[in-house]
Amino acid sequence: MKYEVVIGLEVHCQLSTNTKIFCGCATTFGNPPNSQTCPICLGHPGVLPVLNRKVVEYAVMAGLATRSTISSPNVFSRKHYFYPDLPKGYQISQFDKPICEHGTIEIVVDGTPKRIGLTRIHMEEDAGKNLHEGLGDVSHVDLNRAGVPLLEMVSEPDLRSPEEAVAYLKKIRTLVIYLGICDANMEQGNLRCDANISLRPVGREKFGTKVEMKNMNSFRFLKQALEYEIKRQAKVLDEGGTIVQETRLWDTKRGVTESMRSKEEAHDYRYMPEPDLLPVVVERAWIDAIRQNMPELPDAKRERFVADFGLSEYDADVLTVSRELADYYEAAVAAFSGDPKTTCNWVMGELAAKLNETGTPIEQCPMTAAQLAGIVQAIHSGEISGKIAKTVFGEMYGTGKDAAQVIREQGLVQVSDSGAIDAMIQSVMAANPDKVADYRGGKDKLFGFFVGQVMKASQGQANPQMVNERLKALLAG
Amino acid sequence: MEPHSWTIHEARERLDNGRITATGLTRSVLARIEAVEPRVAAFNTVCADMALEQAAAADRRLQAGERGGLLGIPLALKDNMITQGVATTCSSRILKNFVPPADGAMAARFKEQGAINLGKTNLDEFAMGSSTENSATQITRNPWNLERAPGGSSGGAAACVAADMALAALGSDTGGSIRQPAALCGVVGLKPTYGRVSRYGLVAFASSLDQIGPITKDVADAAIVLGAIAGRDPLDATSSARPVPDYSRGLKDGIKGLRIGVPREYFIDGMDAPVADAVRAAIDTLKGLGATVREISLPHTRYAVATYYLVATAEASSNLGRYDGVRYGHRAMDARDLLEMYMATRDQGFGPEVKRRIMLGTYALSAGYYDAYYKKAQQARTLILKDFTDAFGQVDVIATPTSPTGAFRLGERTADPLQMYLSDIFTISINLAGLPGMSQPCGVDGNGMPVGLQLIGKAFDEATMLRAGWAFEQATAFHKAKPSL
Repeated sequence: MKYEVVIGLEVHCQLSTNTKIFCGCATTFGNPPNSQTCPICLGHPGVLPVLNRKVVEYAVMAGLATRSTISSPNVFSRKHYFYPDLPKGYQISQFDKPICEHGTIEIVVDGTPKRIGLTRIHMEEDAGKNLHEGLGDVSHVDLNRAGVPLLEMVSEPDLRSPEEAVAYLKKIRTLVIYLGICDANMEQGNLRCDANISLRPVGREKFGTKVEMKNMNSFRFLKQALEYEIKRQAKVLDEGGTIVQETRLWDTKRGVTESMRSKEEAHDYRYMPEPDLLPVVVERAWIDAIRQNMPELPDAKRERFVADFGLSEYDADVLTVSRELADYYEAAVAAFSGDPKTTCNWVMGELAAKLNETGTPIEQCPMTAAQLAGIVQAIHSGEISGKIAKTVFGEMYGTGKDAAQVIREQGLVQVSDSGAIDAMIQSVMAANPDKVADYRGGKDKLFGFFVGQVMKASQGQANPQMVNERLKALLAG
Repeated sequence: MEPHSWTIHEARERLDNGRITATGLTRSVLARIEAVEPRVAAFNTVCADMALEQAAAADRRLQAGERGGLLGIPLALKDNMITQGVATTCSSRILKNFVPPADGAMAARFKEQGAINLGKTNLDEFAMGSSTENSATQITRNPWNLERAPGGSSGGAAACVAADMALAALGSDTGGSIRQPAALCGVVGLKPTYGRVSRYGLVAFASSLDQIGPITKDVADAAIVLGAIAGRDPLDATSSARPVPDYSRGLKDGIKGLRIGVPREYFIDGMDAPVADAVRAAIDTLKGLGATVREISLPHTRYAVATYYLVATAEASSNLGRYDGVRYGHRAMDARDLLEMYMATRDQGFGPEVKRRIMLGTYALSAGYYDAYYKKAQQARTLILKDFTDAFGQVDVIATPTSPTGAFRLGERTADPLQMYLSDIFTISINLAGLPGMSQPCGVDGNGMPVGLQLIGKAFDEATMLRAGWAFEQATAFHKAKPSL
């Protein structure tokens, strides 16, 4: 039977605040276990949480960026369960009154845009980590992460394929990086994702039984896990079976999903309003102030790049994948505004390749945007050819020299003097009289040979367009 | 009179004019503790050395010219308020050896103001009880009759003040835990408006009800201590930023024209007759001082006990989740896996009343029951608050008995939790409504045990309540009676 896939994602973004959500401890990743803890995040008797305002601001930013409704007041709740990495026996989260609701996120798959509903965004605290490896038959608990702020973003079941799910998660990643609220490093776990997935026969309205999937900590694993699960569920249904409502874990090594717990074993979290925190009031004026300080978002930036710089949708899309890349491009265009398209080609081509090759992030690029603009300007003015420009780029990158300096030092200025070019052509013709005769006899294909010889004679510096023109004239006799 | 039997305001005067040193005062109190504590058993921990060090420090501040407040005053803290370097047990096996790494708000205020911390007083385990018999450490006795209970849960605090083992103490009150033991021990106990005093460092029982307040020898002292501990604390998001008035200043303004309401629902059948008589007589005294008295109705009073035992147990079940044996406190050592460790730790660590309340609260919050219990209780709570709001449209202060009976015999009610829960029938509504309430001595019952008058004020209007209480005290001598130990 043909099935329609129905997917909803729950994405956890660890916020990049300096301090934890309910105490003053640092949030730095990778420090020695329990070095970033205090009585509050250790859940000592008698301590109380105090909300970090920055977390509310970040949640509002995420809400505004996804056209969500910002709820005021919104309410924290306690979510209860026992686990050694959860110090208080409950997680402070939000339940029936989250800070953001009814948002949308636009994705593009195969050139088709689609709006995905965002049910809610809520604030909560992260748990710690249990450590087992290399400890024999005991386990240790590291609570550095306990109390680090998270935003949980829950989508509507609007995704219809693993590709859409990946595009959605990538879009969230781009958004939170743009907003500067999350480092979104999936390996470090500061962007995490769970999925709900079900199948239904094509044309049926009622949803099938859903399965919750966990532990997909990369885009690739998300795609693989969903693809696996679609096949697994389709097989069960094809064989007349029923899907069990359960939580399944993606096994990265074996490439399969495995049952973790059934619906019956599911926790009763016994949510209750958090009595230690007041309902969070988010006044209009506060929202307006946050909006004022928000950076331009990727969609708006992309549209502006197309409109102002005449870029294609594709080029604009690639350039706006990260705020840093877009900023670099804009800085280059600001330094030389004469040819934004060529600037785009250089950023996405030569520069991107070099950064990729050296594993350098754009924000640490040793070549300034103005330096790159200098190359484009030299090409645009005809001072150097595109080919020479690559040599210039190679010389500049890593030395910190400007384009003009490299061109000057190495004498790379393009030869555009028709007298000099004619002289070179004449000496090439003189050295190859038989080829000249053949060309004149109708062997047009030899034209390329002559171009090559002249360029070689000029050590690549002859203006190619002029070489073409002059060669045609002189060979014609 | 020995210094240990002074009130704070008596000691204040003598400290400030140099007639006694903080060290001298502290030594007197420590000697009294040595003499009577073996019979009363009010303290879980006595910090004699630390107290003398703090007294010496207070004397240096006094010599430097500092005056007033709690400087040099020996006080006790209920053993559910965290104190740096001093065990904080909540009278529970699960926290038997727990020594906090930092001070809570009250211990910190004591140090700031130069008060002397004598030690930590006994309580019903995690403040759950009305007789202090649910303590895992010891049985505290009522100084008026050592065979009787001091009330609870702040029984140790009330008993130590009644026995002159501290000039005053801080208790916590979730459903009457300051006022009821104060009534049963013949001292003054004040529960402030919810949010008036920081809860930071108070080990939580029911977070939306808990409030710290003073247990003192008279109303003037209650005003002094409240003024010293009240106010906004950035570490407690539920603490109020309202300015703290000078509670002592208005005490003597008199109560001419003060409108006192007497709720008809608070004089119930089955109430001890001498208790009812003493409270009615006290109300007459207030009338004689110029107050007008009128009967009022708080119609939802009959839902208060049920509402309280849903809200308080639900929050308790949540607050006590952290005692899991993982990070601190008792841990069962013989468990084979995590679940067994959790279960054995909590089974060994908690006493029967605490377990009962965790189970009740867990049930009330369970999926499918939340709306019927917890949510319904919150709705009832709104109605109870509305009763008071309506009443305070007509009156300035409400007067009631604090407890339906005087102190009961040790062991008398331990077998019947429901009967024990009814000890708080007149005090719990005030916690549900978040209002200030104060108990002060107003007579004795048929057994010669103290009876408490409860005054209830409008939210954040402790001043009016204190003024009425002070006026009553000036006209009577009940607060001057001392047990013979």
